[in-house]
Amino acid sequence: MSVGLEHYLTLSAILFSIGLYGVLAKRNAVVILMCIEIMLNAVNIALVAFSRYVVPMLLTGQIFAIFVIVVAAAEAAVGIAIIIAIYRNRQSVDVDKFDLMKW
Amino acid sequence: MFDIVFWILAAVAVGAALAVIILRDVFRAALSLVLLFLTIAVIYVTLYADFLAVVQILIYVGAISILIIVAIMLTHEVWRGSPSGKLRIPALVVSLLLLGTLVFTVVGTKWETSGEPPLQPTTAAIGSSLFGGGGFILPVEITAVLLLAAVLGAIVMIREK
Repeated sequence: MSVGLEHYLTLSAILFSIGLYGVLAKRNAVVILMCIEIMLNAVNIALVAFSRYVVPMLLTGQIFAIFVIVVAAAEAAVGIAIIIAIYRNRQSVDVDKFDLMKW
Repeated sequence: MFDIVFWILAAVAVGAALAVIILRDVFRAALSLVLLFLTIAVIYVTLYADFLAVVQILIYVGAISILIIVAIMLTHEVWRGSPSGKLRIPALVVSLLLLGTLVFTVVGTKWETSGEPPLQPTTAAIGSSLFGGGGFILPVEITAVLLLAAVLGAIVMIREK
């Protein structure tokens, strides 16, 4: 059986689930950010695979993937700035200790 | 030929992603994240997305990984590793459930694939549909505003008081 759309989508699903587990289970905020990047990349693989196999002449999926990459870059910059600001205040990047807004 | 390449790439990608969440050393996890980004760039090549592969290497391997490594070095938590929180078992259950649902749906759906050969090279077509009339010119301009807002937000957030 030759590689087709299902294989790419399954790979994307596996990577997305790994990223989701990391986001939910990890305590280091930088590792959580890394896992969010894994999830965004998994979605990009699915978009490009759809673009390749469903509408090969339109490239819509690849353009969506470019926008996802742009938003991911902006998100990484702001996220890391927030993490470093919190680290300055609390000397920790452990998300269990980020309870400023808890009452 | 593409089949063998795909299976190797898929194995390396899943292994690198697992290493990110399993390795206790945060710095090594970041390095295996870089490996994952490179693998995904090659996966784009197998999907005939040449422009996206270059963009992936420029932005993810070049910029975002450097940002993450700088963040690891600025927060002196490498020695503490990346332990799992109290929600480890529920998180595992949730992500396995999601994985099962996604794979079940993907395998069970009859995808209407098109037999046409893919467009290549893609760079000129992507450029004309991003900037041409009736394309994605409005989202591109909104993207400029988003990037400006993100840069300003990051500077304001990280500035010394």
